[in-house]
Amino acid sequence: MSKSDRDDGVDRRKVLECMTWVGTGVLWTVAGGVPHSLGIMGEAKAAEAKGLTFLQISDSHVGFDKPANPNALGTLEEAIAKVNAQPQKPAFMIHTGDISHLSLEAQFDDADRIISQSRLDAHYVPGEHDFLDPDRKLYVQRYGRGTRGAGWYSFDAGGVHFVALVNVFDLKGGGMGDLGAEQLEWLEDDLKGRSASTPIVLFAHIPLWTIYPEWGWGTDDAAQALSYLKRFGSVTVLNGHIHQIMQKVEGNVTFHTARSTAFPQPAPGQAPSPGPMKVPDDQLRKMLGIADITFKQNEQRLAIIDSPLKS
Amino acid sequence: MTMTETMRNALIAAALGAATAGVTVAAVLPSLAQTAPQASAGAVAIDNFTFTPQTLTVKAGTTVTWTNRDDIPHGVASDNNAFPKSKALDTDDSYSFTFATPGTYKYFCYVHPHMTGTIVVEPNG
Repeated sequence: MSKSDRDDGVDRRKVLECMTWVGTGVLWTVAGGVPHSLGIMGEAKAAEAKGLTFLQISDSHVGFDKPANPNALGTLEEAIAKVNAQPQKPAFMIHTGDISHLSLEAQFDDADRIISQSRLDAHYVPGEHDFLDPDRKLYVQRYGRGTRGAGWYSFDAGGVHFVALVNVFDLKGGGMGDLGAEQLEWLEDDLKGRSASTPIVLFAHIPLWTIYPEWGWGTDDAAQALSYLKRFGSVTVLNGHIHQIMQKVEGNVTFHTARSTAFPQPAPGQAPSPGPMKVPDDQLRKMLGIADITFKQNEQRLAIIDSPLKS
Repeated sequence: MTMTETMRNALIAAALGAATAGVTVAAVLPSLAQTAPQASAGAVAIDNFTFTPQTLTVKAGTTVTWTNRDDIPHGVASDNNAFPKSKALDTDDSYSFTFATPGTYKYFCYVHPHMTGTIVVEPNG
């Protein structure tokens, strides 16, 4: 691809190689476009300077009960227990979608009951599984207060500007994730007038970078969205959907996907389909997890710690 | 696929030959399908995030049934709203629609829109 891609990017094979390390709890920091691993999670946590730390959980799929994980609610509960056991309380949580499996009231109720046990403010974006009720109303009714359109919004915390995007609504045949013209216009306007030194975190369900179009793992109009972010020095894009960790750095933008709390999915092209991957029972919790993201003030540096439910 | 096409054509020819006015192809096909299960005209399986067959050709009046065999829900929606979209289909759920009007109906999975398929509806007679 482009020169900058080669210079700054981590190709898919490299990312896949890194994944095994990430999976054991390696801390990644990203400085100057090059990811470095700093050591095992415990050391890294001890060395952490004060900054804004928030938590990402994703793809809880409450209601899923198939062989890949007969009790997705149970593993969500384990994930929240892990959050509660952390020595330092994160400032808040983001959930990058697929809260429920089938958009049933009872599934949203169960998810809320468990997630609220963290006593953290939770900022949501929907996944495609959260718009499966016939009228596609429940998500916005429950989580959409103060949001626009199908649930997009922005907020500021700890000097960072957070933008929550929806790329799973009204998808077009043959396409991938989609933001749509109205949301893009809103995004451009939302970013206008903000200082280029403001760290930006964009979060959405489907990756905003094309990981594997054959499985729809990308967002058709993401390039347009990212074009509004070129002038910002630090941009972090956090996604879910693919139920595995992947990271890529391209210029000023770090892309990262989080694990699911429900079930793993295969690496791109490594199975006939992206469907739930059944692994041996003692492996499942190594492939599910949460992520902590820390910004240190006045450093254009971000640290993401992915922690499995069990290491 | 050639086999399927050939058999389907044979089935339709047989059906048309046997049909009196008012007996539709759709009504005849199920009984024939018992002896030739690979020629399951009117049925689309959703398996491994794929519609199979990708293109299904039927006569007008045929009821097409989609059945989800995946561990993940799927949904069926017409590209241009030419037929009503299904509710979310969980594992083993089905959705049926009777295509009365000849034409080419492109559709996709509204949960995973990279999954696409086509129903070609040919005129009777």
